[in-house]
Amino acid sequence: MILHRLFSGDFPRSRVLLVMLLAIVAGLVLTPFIFPGAKALNVAAKACIFIVLVASFDLLLGYTGIVSFAHTMFFGIGAYGVAIALSHFGPTWAGVAAGVAAALAVSLVLSLVIGLFSLRVKALFYAMITLAVATAFQTLASQLSELTGGEDGLTFKVPELLSPGFSLSEHPFLGVSLDGRLISFYLLIAATVVLFLLMLRIVNSPFGRVLQAIRENEFRAEALGYRTVVYRTLSNVLSAAFATLAGALLALWLRYNGPDTSLSFEIMIDILLMVVIGGMGTLYGSVLGATLFILVQNYLQDLMKFASEGLGKVPLLRDLVHPDRWLLWLGILFVLSVYRFPTGIVGKLRTAARKS
Amino acid sequence: MTFALETKELTIRFGGHTAVDAVSCGFAPGSLTAIVGPNGAGKTTYFNLISGQLKATAGRVLLHGEDISGSSAAQRSHRGIGRAFQLTNLFPNLSVLENIRLAVQSRAGLGLNLWSIWNSHRELIGRAEEVLETVALTAKRDMAAAALPHGDQRKLEVGILMALEPDVFMFDEPTAGMSVDEVPVILDLIRALKARRDKTILLVEHKMDVVRELADRIIVLHNGALVADGDPASVIASPIVQEAYLGVEVAK
Repeated sequence: MILHRLFSGDFPRSRVLLVMLLAIVAGLVLTPFIFPGAKALNVAAKACIFIVLVASFDLLLGYTGIVSFAHTMFFGIGAYGVAIALSHFGPTWAGVAAGVAAALAVSLVLSLVIGLFSLRVKALFYAMITLAVATAFQTLASQLSELTGGEDGLTFKVPELLSPGFSLSEHPFLGVSLDGRLISFYLLIAATVVLFLLMLRIVNSPFGRVLQAIRENEFRAEALGYRTVVYRTLSNVLSAAFATLAGALLALWLRYNGPDTSLSFEIMIDILLMVVIGGMGTLYGSVLGATLFILVQNYLQDLMKFASEGLGKVPLLRDLVHPDRWLLWLGILFVLSVYRFPTGIVGKLRTAARKS
Repeated sequence: MTFALETKELTIRFGGHTAVDAVSCGFAPGSLTAIVGPNGAGKTTYFNLISGQLKATAGRVLLHGEDISGSSAAQRSHRGIGRAFQLTNLFPNLSVLENIRLAVQSRAGLGLNLWSIWNSHRELIGRAEEVLETVALTAKRDMAAAALPHGDQRKLEVGILMALEPDVFMFDEPTAGMSVDEVPVILDLIRALKARRDKTILLVEHKMDVVRELADRIIVLHNGALVADGDPASVIASPIVQEAYLGVEVAK
């Protein structure tokens, strides 16, 4: 019953999927204890942040059927909000709160304006508008260097509890020192869980059901008495708000923010791929898509280096798996996964579970 | 007497073509009016103007005497104008039950509820199940709407309209393309609605025997204009209908 409320009655509905999700959650939560080193911790943290970001994009794309390229803009607004506030007011919790609040306010206004655009224009033109707005914002962010640090970005200190210098205890616990990084990591995990469950509730609410109806047949939804403009706009605003919060988490984790970390179009493409690989309109797909993508992005090169060295002097093959070719292989993996699982990993697993 | 629904000089032009031409007509509460006319006469366009999918070039639509010409389709639906579409218009990848439940949910005004779980509103599901029973689709409740055979999709289309419980029911060729043994389900539903005498029904239908049996009144549209209006027997017998409408049918 508690589980039902927590997961809003929307369970994985596939045993394989459940096992995969549990493995991912366990892997992420236990990272500091089972995968030593700063890189592993960073990869796990990035996976958490992208789970929230991708889930928020799925709310828009997968559930409402709105194609937007402005999602990284809201991600960036969240990251810049925290970065600017902390570099101006110093490393205080009040600064964090002010940064997040200001970022949410900016995102609210922008998403409302963009959302209202969808009132009048066709889907393709709407996607173009979001692209234009996002590009303009990116340019603006690198031009306003007094405020944003320009291309260099902003490096800042976080509140003491979260900073690497902070120590909870002098004695390590199970070989892991209880410092600010560890605290940051577990706060990040907690935030991810809360935000994910919140989004799961939204997509399974009566409101979320209307979003899916709009995705399926907007004309009919309107004829049933749902004012689709209101729903589309609200979906835009909510999705932007969650992306903003993901951005704030990113800045707090990195203690840095710049245009390439949170605003670049590359990230937009990455999110799109993560949603599609995981499975659009499933929300659980964001967990799988984001985690797998981040893992491949960070470890494929290492794996290839290993393989390349293993192959020693085999001429052509050695060059093919050279670490420099990792983007080629990432591309091939993506094409294969979309070709094999057009409904994403979650869609595929659920179909298989229904048949058996 | 106030009409349940009335159109005054209702007109729409697409470029130089006048699809609906100054149609003035009142529909008495509790009546069933059949709208007939050859293909392209403007029947569906007339429906679109009433339910708000199209905005009129000129003229007004009154619901219970109130001008609703400026209202959107969603607002008109909330005010009690319900519409079943000629071309089946469903949520293809949602289940049969969910198609109906969404209509029930709209009527209950719960759409903007973000914090409850959809299936905690048992009463909505219960009501949707009742409607499914009346359109004989209970056995297929969990199928995707797109997977239904054509006849069942038509039933679902009508079921969605039933679930909205409007004051004015608009059926646009509800039995088109249905097999002979499926038609009675829909006709029985319309008969039952008519027997209640508190719902106003507009019916576009080509089958003359159906029209003759069900309608209290027939209006004839031809080239967008209202050309005949009266009780079924006299309208069907009138020369203009014989020529404009039935003549076409006979010629086939």
